[in-house]
Amino acid sequence: MSGDHPSDCVGIDSEQAGKAPGCAGCPNASVCASGKQFDETSQLVEIEKRLRSIKHILLIISGKGGVGKSTFSANLARFLASNESINVGLLDIDICGPSIPRAMGLEGEQVHMSSDGWSPIYIQDNLAVMSSGFLLGSLEDAVIWRGPKKNGLIKQFLKDVDWPPLDYLIIDTPPGTSDEHLSIVSFLKKCANLNGAIVVTTPQEAALLDVRKQIDFANRVGLPIIGLVENMSHFVCSSCHKESFIFKPTSGGAKSLSSSCNIQLLASIPIDPIIGKSIDQGIACWEENKESPAVLAYQSLSKKIIEMFPI
Amino acid sequence: MGKKVGLLDLDLCGPSIALMTGLNETTIYRNEKGWIPLTTLTTPPFSPLAVMSIAFLLKNSSSAVIWRGPKKNAMIKQFLEDVDWGDLDYLLIDTPPGTSDEHISVAEALKHRADDVSAILVTTPQIIAVNDVRREITFCHKAGIPIVGIIENMSGYVCPHCSDCTNIFSSGGGQSLAELANVTFLGNIPIDPDLCESAEKGINYLNQFENSEASKRLSDIAGKLITQTT
Repeated sequence: MSGDHPSDCVGIDSEQAGKAPGCAGCPNASVCASGKQFDETSQLVEIEKRLRSIKHILLIISGKGGVGKSTFSANLARFLASNESINVGLLDIDICGPSIPRAMGLEGEQVHMSSDGWSPIYIQDNLAVMSSGFLLGSLEDAVIWRGPKKNGLIKQFLKDVDWPPLDYLIIDTPPGTSDEHLSIVSFLKKCANLNGAIVVTTPQEAALLDVRKQIDFANRVGLPIIGLVENMSHFVCSSCHKESFIFKPTSGGAKSLSSSCNIQLLASIPIDPIIGKSIDQGIACWEENKESPAVLAYQSLSKKIIEMFPI
Repeated sequence: MGKKVGLLDLDLCGPSIALMTGLNETTIYRNEKGWIPLTTLTTPPFSPLAVMSIAFLLKNSSSAVIWRGPKKNAMIKQFLEDVDWGDLDYLLIDTPPGTSDEHISVAEALKHRADDVSAILVTTPQIIAVNDVRREITFCHKAGIPIVGIIENMSGYVCPHCSDCTNIFSSGGGQSLAELANVTFLGNIPIDPDLCESAEKGINYLNQFENSEASKRLSDIAGKLITQTT
């Protein structure tokens, strides 16, 4: 067997999806045949219409869990929005493990409905946030959902959130290459303002192994990759100021992945306790220490993003 | 401790167990009872581990497993029903993050043996990780899976240059979660670059670095698990 669909899979977009001869025996056949996920061209049009006024949509992805995707997404949003003239939205589609409310200091907030849709939560005038965490009653509440239900909520997030006019919409995704990822890419298919994905990794092979899979996923579904970010790249001791590697780049780290896959390495962000601390407290990391190497790395990264995707 | 242990990797989209056990075969054989798990090369006193992962079924480690729920569930069912583990004292099942298809499927598939099934929760110390684990506790309660205890990983890092300890990812989150949820706290494991590197190279860390702090903590946790589950 290969890790792919059946070799003669006609693809989920085909009219033959789930009914072609090759579909026999594939466990996905009935889901594909029902056409439920993709019946609604009109819904894709609706999504496109809703998101049309956004200048740039950036997906944050990583095959691996725990590499700091949400930390990265939260920080990127905050750094971009540190310029008052830039309007930023942050959407968390990690339905089962929403971390963005905590990271943005919005735990306990609830989503409100208006005639124009779901109102995102504003941290400041130019930074709006939406997460499934806002739909949960308490921190103990678990979203125990299989794929189709998650996909339904993602669709709603794209279709029904009443974003203000945005320069950037950053979409934080869960780990893996499954329902959420297939869904978000297909739901955004008609959006010309989807710039692509930023891939977050840590230096060790255990992470890169999954990230290579994610890159393969992106290539296969036609999602452009903007670049790589190596998080937790090294540690600088606050007592002796010397560097050490916690997650050793045994296979060359993000740098070698970047050259082997021909993807730009956008930033290497060092391990810094103030990052984790500021995320836990839901505050901007620069409030802890403006000069920290991690803060400076984020700063130059967000500058780079603004240069690459001008407003 | 001499227990016979199997290790099943249910993280279908991001399998890491093959790398960490040093098994990079890409072929799985069957006998009349089902798939034969691979076994690690281990030197005594450690017994070999029986390992099964989707990684052994992939021809190319870089190709993505792009599967929606139903296909993942079918694979999980097959892993649980069709692997010939032989006689095991313990089967450890490594799961992906979240509370979704994989978790629901494994809970359902093991329902008929509910008395033998329990969960170990792993967190890192910071609140953002602890919060996800709180949701996992709710999942275990709803699925009727008893929780053996909580382990706090990546707890403190000792600088190799000056021996100063930094709590990179905060500290104490696992312990306080255990108290809050009224679950046993099994212990914490410090950050050790050698542990990470051993995992990368598929080396048995407990053998190579038996006197390290993390080795002691891991053995201690294993001892507690054996006491609690017999």
